[in-house]
This record gives sequence, C-alpha cells and structure tokens, in this order.
Amino acid sequence: MALRFEVLGRFNRARAARLTLPHFVCQTPLFMPVGTQGTIKGLTTNQLEEIGCQIILGNTYHLALRPTSELIDELGGLHKFMNWPRALLTDSGGFQMVSLLHLADITEKGVTFQSPVDGKPMLLTPEESIQIQNRIGADIIMALDDVVRTTITGPRIEEAMYRTLRWIDRCIAAHKRPNEQNLFGIVQGGLDPVLRDICVRGLVDRNLPGYAIGGLAGGEDKDSFWRVVAQCTAALPEDKPRYVMGVGYPLDIVVCSALGADMYDCVYPTRTARFGTALVPEGVLKLKHSAMADDTRAIDPTCACMVCKNYTRAYIHCLVTKDAMGSQLLSYHNLYYMMKLSRDLHSSIIEGRFPKFVCDFLQKMVLLALNTMFVILCACVVQKEWEWKGRSIICKLLAVQNNLWFSLSGSIKLICIKLTDNLNTYDVAQHNFCVF
Amino acid sequence: METTRKYIPRKETVALKTGFYLGHSDHNKAKLTCASLLCREQQQKQLQGKRGSMKFAVKAWSNGGKARTGVLHLGSCPSPLETPVLLLSTRKGLPHFISPDLLPSLPYPGSAFLQVSPLHFLEGPSMKTMSNIGGLHKMVGLHDYAFAAVARDSIQCLPESDSTNKIGASFETPCGRRLIKPAEYLQIISSMRPNIWATLADEVPAWVSNKRNKISVDRTVKWLDECIALSPQGGLVFGAIVGGSNVDERKRCAQEIAKRNVSGFWIGGFGLGESMLERPALLDAVMDSLPEEKPRLVCGLGLPEEVLQGVAAGIDLFDSSYIYNLTLGGFALTFPLDRIETNASGFKSTDMGIDQTKINLKATVYRKDTSPIVASCTCYTCQNHTKAYINHLLNVHEMLAQILLEIHNTHHYLGFFQSIREAIKDGRFEQFRQMFIQTRRDNLAAVAVCA
Repeated sequence: MALRFEVLGRFNRARAARLTLPHFVCQTPLFMPVGTQGTIKGLTTNQLEEIGCQIILGNTYHLALRPTSELIDELGGLHKFMNWPRALLTDSGGFQMVSLLHLADITEKGVTFQSPVDGKPMLLTPEESIQIQNRIGADIIMALDDVVRTTITGPRIEEAMYRTLRWIDRCIAAHKRPNEQNLFGIVQGGLDPVLRDICVRGLVDRNLPGYAIGGLAGGEDKDSFWRVVAQCTAALPEDKPRYVMGVGYPLDIVVCSALGADMYDCVYPTRTARFGTALVPEGVLKLKHSAMADDTRAIDPTCACMVCKNYTRAYIHCLVTKDAMGSQLLSYHNLYYMMKLSRDLHSSIIEGRFPKFVCDFLQKMVLLALNTMFVILCACVVQKEWEWKGRSIICKLLAVQNNLWFSLSGSIKLICIKLTDNLNTYDVAQHNFCVF
Repeated sequence: METTRKYIPRKETVALKTGFYLGHSDHNKAKLTCASLLCREQQQKQLQGKRGSMKFAVKAWSNGGKARTGVLHLGSCPSPLETPVLLLSTRKGLPHFISPDLLPSLPYPGSAFLQVSPLHFLEGPSMKTMSNIGGLHKMVGLHDYAFAAVARDSIQCLPESDSTNKIGASFETPCGRRLIKPAEYLQIISSMRPNIWATLADEVPAWVSNKRNKISVDRTVKWLDECIALSPQGGLVFGAIVGGSNVDERKRCAQEIAKRNVSGFWIGGFGLGESMLERPALLDAVMDSLPEEKPRLVCGLGLPEEVLQGVAAGIDLFDSSYIYNLTLGGFALTFPLDRIETNASGFKSTDMGIDQTKINLKATVYRKDTSPIVASCTCYTCQNHTKAYINHLLNVHEMLAQILLEIHNTHHYLGFFQSIREAIKDGRFEQFRQMFIQTRRDNLAAVAVCA
C-alpha cells in the first residue's frame, strides 16, 4: 500500500477526500485526463500543471508497443521520461480488449493481440501486464481484468467476472513494487447485480489499496449505468478510493460523485476538442457550426481559462479542424473545465453546499435535455431539503420538452410523480426503483 | 516518497486571477506578478491608439559594409526591437504550434514581431467580424506583439505567377488558387489593422522571360499606387519591390518605389528559383536605390546563409519558413551560436555523418538519449525535455513533438539573429559571416568524405 485516503467532508453518499500518492497529494473527486502515449494530445506538462491536473493516465498497451516499457524503465520511469512531476496512473491494457476486439483472443492464460503496428502477435497475461506497469512506474496501476461489453448477454459475462477474480490473484503475486505503486482491482460483472456483488466481495477480501468499477461507459443505457455504480459504491469500503473507469461526461461525473465515487478518466474532453466541440456549463458548444463564424463572444463567458479570456468563438471557429492550434486551444479549455469541475465538486462537499452546487449545475444544463432521466435522478439524489428545487427543475423540463416524458423509464416516472404530486395527469406504473 | 506539495501552486492562483498564463521561463518570472499584468492592461489601452505608429533609426554600421543595426519602435510593442530581426511565421495570427501562453517563454522582444498573411483569412473570420472584434491583435490575444501583413508567407500562400493578370495577383492557398485584387486586399488589411503591411506584388520566378518580368514590375508599381490611394488609417505601408533576376528591372522598380510615400520597403521575388550566386548583385541593385533611413523587409531568404547574405546587403527585417520546415521534418537546430568566430580551428568532423547544424530527432540513435537538444539552450524544450522523449513523440505522431520543436528552433534561430546583431555592433560582421559559412562548408565536406 503506497497511498493514504482521508475523507475530509461528506454529503449523503458523496465524499471529498485527500488522496496522498507517492508523487502528489490529490483532492477527490477528481478527473484524470488520458495521455495515452505519454502525452496529452497537444498540451505541455507545464500547461497541465497550470490548469490543475493532478493525475494523468498512461496506457500500458500503447506504451509497451512504443517506446517499450524496458526503455521507459531504463530512462528512469514514465515520470522522468515525460517530465511530469505529479501522479500517474496506468491502465492494464484490458480496455483495448474491448475496443480492439477483432484483433484480440481471450483465454485463461491472457489476451493475445495482433499488434496494429506490425501485425505480430502479442500475449498480454496478468503477470506481463503488471510487469510492464512496474517498469513504467506509475503511482497507481490497474489489474488486468476480463472486460466484456455491457451490451452482451449470456454466460460470457459470468465467465469474465470469475476470470477477473482469478486474474487479480495472479496480478497481486506478480506485483514487485507494492510499496511504491498501488494496485487497484476492477469490479466486473456486466449489468447483473448478483455478479457484481460476488465480484465486489471477492476484491474486498483481497484488501487492495483501491477499487475501480469497470465494464461501464460502453454504450449501455443510463438507467442501468447508474444502478451498477450505486450498487458498487454502496458495497465498496468507505476508506478506500473508488474509480469509475471511462466516465467522462460532466453530468455523469456529478451523478457518480453524488453516489460516492472519487476518480474518473475519459478521452472525451480532449477527443471532442479535436472535433471542434467545447464543454460549457450549458452542455456542449459545437464550434464547427456556421453560427459560430460571426459570434464574438467568448466560448464560455464565465470561464477563467486563457482561451476564454482571450479568444472569441469566431476565431476558434476558423481554426478548428483546420489548424493544430485549434485543437490545442480547445483541449486546453475543455481540460480546464474538467479540472474546475473537479475542484468545485471537492470544495462544495467540504463547504457543505454540495446540493446547491448540483442544482445550479443541473439548472444550467437542463435546457439541453441530455439524459433527462439523469437530471431528475440527480434531483432525487440530493433529495429532501432540495425537493422543491427538484420539482421546479422537472416542471421546467417537462414544459420545455413534453414528448420526453414517454421516453423515460417507469421507475423514473414514479419518482417524478412523487416529486410533482401530479397523480391525475400521468399513469402510475408498477416498477421497482432504488430507494436511496 | 510521499510529497507534501501544496495543491494549487501560487502561479495558478495568479493565473486564475488574470486568466492568462505565462511561461515558466525565469526570463519572465519578474513580469509574472498581478500588479505588472494590470499595468500591462493599462499600457495596452494607451498603445491601442498608437498602433499605427512606427519609428526606425539606424544605429550602427559594420566596418566597410552595408550591414547595419537599427532600432524599430512599433506602436503596439512596448519595447523597441533591434534589427536585423526575424519575423516569426504564423498561421492566422498565431504560431503554427506554439500556443499563446508559451510564447512569452521565447526571448522578448526578439520574438515580438510576427508575420501573417491576409490570405489566411479568406476562409474566415469575415472582415466585418474581425473589425467587430477590434483587429488582429485583439483577435489573437497578442496585444504586446507587432504584426506585419504580407500576402506571401512562403509556406502555404505562394505566388502563382502564371495565373496573375492585370486584375489581381494569384496565390496558391490552402483554400485553393485565389486571385486577389488590390481593393479586396486592402479590405482585409483594414479589418486586420496590422502594424505594417506590404502592398500587393506580382512576383515571378527566376526563369520567366524579360517581357513577363517587365510586366511584373509595371503591375507592382501600379498596384502600389492603388493600395496607397485606398490606404486605411493606421498601419504603415511598405512598398513592394520585385524585378526577378534582372538587375536592371530590379533597379528600375526600386527607384520607382523609392519615389512613393512609403514607410519602408518589402523586397519580394526572392526564393523563387534564383541562385545564391546571382542574388548579391540583385540585392545591391535594389539597396543602392533605396533611402538608408527606411527599414527593408525581405521575403524568401530563410536559410542562415541567405540571411547573412541579406544582412550584408543592408536588409533589416527577415521572414523565414526555415523554422516551420525544420519542425515538420523532425529537425532541431544545433549549430553553435557563441564563439562562432573563433571556432574554425577547433572544428572536429563527426564520424556519424551527423550534420552539425541540425539533428533529425526521428533517428533511432536518439531513442535513449536523455540529454536536451542543446545543453546550453534556455528554451522551454531544452529545459524540460530530452531527445529521447521527442524521438518517442515523433514516432507516435503526437502533436507535442511539433510544439516542442518549434519552440526550440525558434529560440535557436532568434539566438542566431542576436549573434548577428552583436557582430555588427562589434564591427566584425564580415568575419562572423565568413567564419559561419566556412564552418558549415567544412562540415559538409567532412560528411561527404565519410559517406
């Protein structure tokens, strides 16, 4: 164990904590940008420090291909190689199984990839993955897990979950630097609460420094998504960090934080920047759109980053997708937004104003009707004393987009009805719903 | 193992308050306080009115030559610029790769002069929007910098002499081939509001017929008069001089332009096929007809040897595509900047065939090289990163490679210009020039022998 996790503040299930890692002291909830090949695309380490990045992700699969983990080890570890003084996290290469599946073959031994660089077969066993990560030298390393898409059904999910538990033991045995690097286990089990429960209990028994909730963020519907997160955060130990892998939309991060998760990573902010989309409090702003060509406002007038303070939407519009500078500036802004979101989550929980923060956050987004059921869910999660706020959000929402009502699941409808006390207008359906 | 660093570094607090992050270079730390940044905002307001002003004075001549140093005061730039100076090439007003918060890490005011082509804005923003924003300086957030607007940028906007006709000049641009009329050109210039701008020219390559060459001179002079007539307020005009490879035409053009009321001269038509040997005669033909007290900007002399040629002929301002091309190719400049004049005897030929002027960081020999590109270099790249890291970035095609290389190459080339200025001031420019060329020739000869 090479970390310390101290909870500094709470609201219901949400918590703000201090996570002390070998290279840096972090504050959670936090978002980790993804620097797949040893760099965040288009940003220098100096800029990342300035916007407040605490942990960066590196990808074992890609780094093992180029420049190879042996070279990184020889040159003193990834921190020294890329000159990043703060914390690093490497994933195991497991996600590539899902994203590059047509190139992968999964057996009990490990995963055989066909390398996309030169076509040679590459076998990634739990032992190999941990050895590579030991050489890379990140503060947190992830166990190799057997990841399946949540859209798959059948016995494959159960097989994957049990294999993950068998592989965690092999990972623990292969880990040569437990005093410098923290091995996190990953909870698998698809969308089945029974399987998830078995996996959680299995991992908790191994007493790992931290736990991740994996296998999500792959296209399942939001209803299932939050249920799994809620179940796992309820069952995982209180005094250890919880990392929801692949979660990146700001709304998802807020909801998962309300449910008790601490760490997130996603390529979304930087990838969407390269396609010309900026993250703003109202949701997203597509700067490629022709309406932006003459808009002389800043991308986000409330944002304090150097892009919003100095540039107009019109100028960024003429840069995006045509010049490297456009990607750089938008990536900068998007990551600044995510870091600010992390800081706001942390400070609002500590200062006892988390519900207000969430409601303000939702109110700005509500006009965009993204994942409306989520919006309503959040109103419920913050609950009780903010019920009246939740009601007003829902009423506003329904006034704006009436047809959305029919796309909501029964459980959410029931919650809405409870909050709006409007039994006469809508049907009441008999469904289970989680009580918080 | 466990560190107890504070979470939000002080710089970030400062940066959060001001919203504009400056580089970590020690060179700029003194300027990084809140107070000075507030003063800068006030200064900017004052300078906005003075943007259209320029003052140039020749300060020193090198012994027995035409090379000269001078001081250039430009409206928006708080510090005076020393010439000969390098204009950094930009795309739509910002460097190709160096983001605006890393620009201050380059030596200032040596890096304060930027070149932009009005043709970059053919695909937007519209002229009305640019005017609404308040001009180029405001649009790109570089208030302390000076901009020179020239149609040809030697990188992406290249003159296409076959399609140029009496109506306008034709250029190959990223949006295809475009014919630019003087009126249209002036419209973009007036919405951009650069510090200085060059008039539209008909540049022809070295191999055209004398007749075509003559026509190009006549057209250029005519367009100059049109541009001056339509001239916007503020922004100083540099008259364009062409003439191809014909000494007489060059002289004629220069004499014609010298008669007009311009603030300086833009000398075009170079870097389009003429050889380095015929260039001095052409440059002299132009320079001899120009008044000494007005600044001269040349286009197309990018390589160090060509810059030295231009300085020897009396040029003050240079644009260059050298840095951009090096950066794209994965090259980093390494030629020694200091003590060039005494190094000839100490020169050693390398046995790896590596060019002493630059290195190709894509080469596998750098895979494990943990040294910076140049040990004594104070640029952001050399202070923070190793050759091994840049080699890796180039191999995986990451944008950061170009960012780091452009920073280093720009820094290094600006250092070269500083050496030139010092050599002129010390009265030893010709020596400096000869030594520099000799060293590079020896090196090439040595490499050829090894190969």
